Amino acid sequence: MSVVTNTTTIGAIEAPSRRNTELAMLAFAVIIPVLAYLNVGLAINDEVPSGMIGYGLGIGLLAGVGHLVVRKFAPYADPLLLPLATLLNGLGLVLIWRLDQSPRLIDRANRIFGSFTPDAPKQLLYSAIGIALFVAVLLLLKDHRILQRYTYISMAVALVLLIMPVFFPAVNGAKIWVSIGPFNVQPGEFAKIIIAIFFSGYLMVKRDALALASRRVMGLYLPRGRDLGPILAVWAMSILILVFETDLGTSLLFFGLFVIMLYVATERTSWIVFGLVMSAAGAVGVATFEPHVQQRVDFWLNPFAQSTWEQSDQIGQALMSFGAGGTLGTGLGQGNSDLIGFAANSDFILSTVGEEFGLAGTMAFLLIYGLIVERGVRTALAARDPFGKLLAIGLSGAFAIQVFVVAGGVMGLIPLTGMTMPFVAAGGSSVIANWALIGILIRISDTARRPAPAPAPSPDAEMTQVVRP
Amino acid sequence: MSELTLTVMRLGFLAVLWLFVIVAVQVIRSDLFGTRVTQRGSRRNADARPPQGAARQTAAPPAQRSQGGRQRRGAPTKLVVSEGILTGTTVALQGQTITLGRAHDSTIVLDDDYASSRHARIYPDRDGQWIVEDLGSTNGTYLDRTRLTTPTPIPPGAPIRIGKTVIELRK
Repeated sequence: MSVVTNTTTIGAIEAPSRRNTELAMLAFAVIIPVLAYLNVGLAINDEVPSGMIGYGLGIGLLAGVGHLVVRKFAPYADPLLLPLATLLNGLGLVLIWRLDQSPRLIDRANRIFGSFTPDAPKQLLYSAIGIALFVAVLLLLKDHRILQRYTYISMAVALVLLIMPVFFPAVNGAKIWVSIGPFNVQPGEFAKIIIAIFFSGYLMVKRDALALASRRVMGLYLPRGRDLGPILAVWAMSILILVFETDLGTSLLFFGLFVIMLYVATERTSWIVFGLVMSAAGAVGVATFEPHVQQRVDFWLNPFAQSTWEQSDQIGQALMSFGAGGTLGTGLGQGNSDLIGFAANSDFILSTVGEEFGLAGTMAFLLIYGLIVERGVRTALAARDPFGKLLAIGLSGAFAIQVFVVAGGVMGLIPLTGMTMPFVAAGGSSVIANWALIGILIRISDTARRPAPAPAPSPDAEMTQVVRP
Repeated sequence: MSELTLTVMRLGFLAVLWLFVIVAVQVIRSDLFGTRVTQRGSRRNADARPPQGAARQTAAPPAQRSQGGRQRRGAPTKLVVSEGILTGTTVALQGQTITLGRAHDSTIVLDDDYASSRHARIYPDRDGQWIVEDLGSTNGTYLDRTRLTTPTPIPPGAPIRIGKTVIELRK
């Protein structure tokens, strides 16, 4: 007869570094875009694309450099952030390359600009710069708490970055660009990271005043008037961005980011209510007298109106492309999302995903974005210092809002705004800034997941008092 | 390129994309649980340990007894702290060893000046009877009124006193 005593031991998992998991996922994340590249070549040109080896090696090399740097300088970092971002970047490159092959877009470019330059090589270069910045963040930022020292400097820098585009000519109705020589930079993309640093530094100091000094009125905690100051200032700033730069997306991003971080810092639902009411009031107010914003709302409500079709055709075509995709999509290289014309490979790139990958693929895409945000929030939960918590929440919140604003705009859920799908859309600023964002998140997660130093040996036994009978 | 090849590639690509998402979620899943639960069976007889499934299938009295006393009729199911700072704390008895003391890795961490870091442990013996054993504590462990010197079976409802803390086993 056998006798077994089951003993259950519950112990903390010794923090594994998970670098090998990351490497495996990274290899997976490089293979998927290479397959997609092959698929596009076979579908469009009926042959294995000649650039496949070079392309695969290029993205593999970038991913490999990223992985080695993480392995060396952030050994306990989250294993998923880098592979997820690499996959999105790689698929973005494939989609841009696929749209470069479109005869319609080549014709259009030749007709309007007189020449056609493919965007995919440029995007690969931007990705390389992005990875370089990612590496630089990991090398230079040994501890994210250093950023805390630059709270107010980063506020000033963010304001300058946000105001700069006012002095440059508008591109396609929105002043979000700064042109320096041949380069067009979207400072808003970088400002989103810097402003998250300011908010976390500021809220870390002020959160108790904001959370505790409040009166309860009708089930809502109303903060004191003087504590409302900063939220009013940020609100005013985002409204000013909306008015002077006619950039709905950026203003939504900043205000949303501030409300999210206020809520996380203070745990007061009233901030959410305030934020929603104020942003709704601001948006409606601006929309009534700013013609550009009003036009965007009109296009959103009636994308197929005959009278404005000349201008709203992009939105209409995007909606049609989602419909044409159906559940499983038309297959890579076989859709007609190039009918969108202008900005088909930047702001509207999600409609190519929608048409050629279908609902199934779009869901997977959005899930990958969701996973990045989830890892960010998880990092915030695990972080041991309040600044790191707020910064991780802020960065992942900004990322989430950006995805929502772009995807919602392209799908017709909210008025379209000029923002780019992180990592996927063509555009240097977006890719570079988002790689820096992932770099900071990886730095925070490395600090958060690093095993805590062993507690000082407690002299328990010595301290036990002896009962004197 | 034939229609069939393209269709296969299209569906294959979607499958691979979703596979990536699922694998990523699996990685998260392994990350989600901060604690690891290890089932360890210690072999008491020369006889080999039966696989868990086999023990459940036969459901014979010996196999039942091997489950650490969980199935014994009238066996206590929880440990309740009835006096001291932790009053009201309960721990389900599921065949595991419960350690008591001031050490951080104890099952019940006693914040009590009169408790030692590894004070006592409570464990089921091979018949499922719960045993309390003093681990060489400074002030001793008391079952009812008697100071323990050897591992002693716990009668139901008997108070075990450790420093200022009193625990009981209940059904």
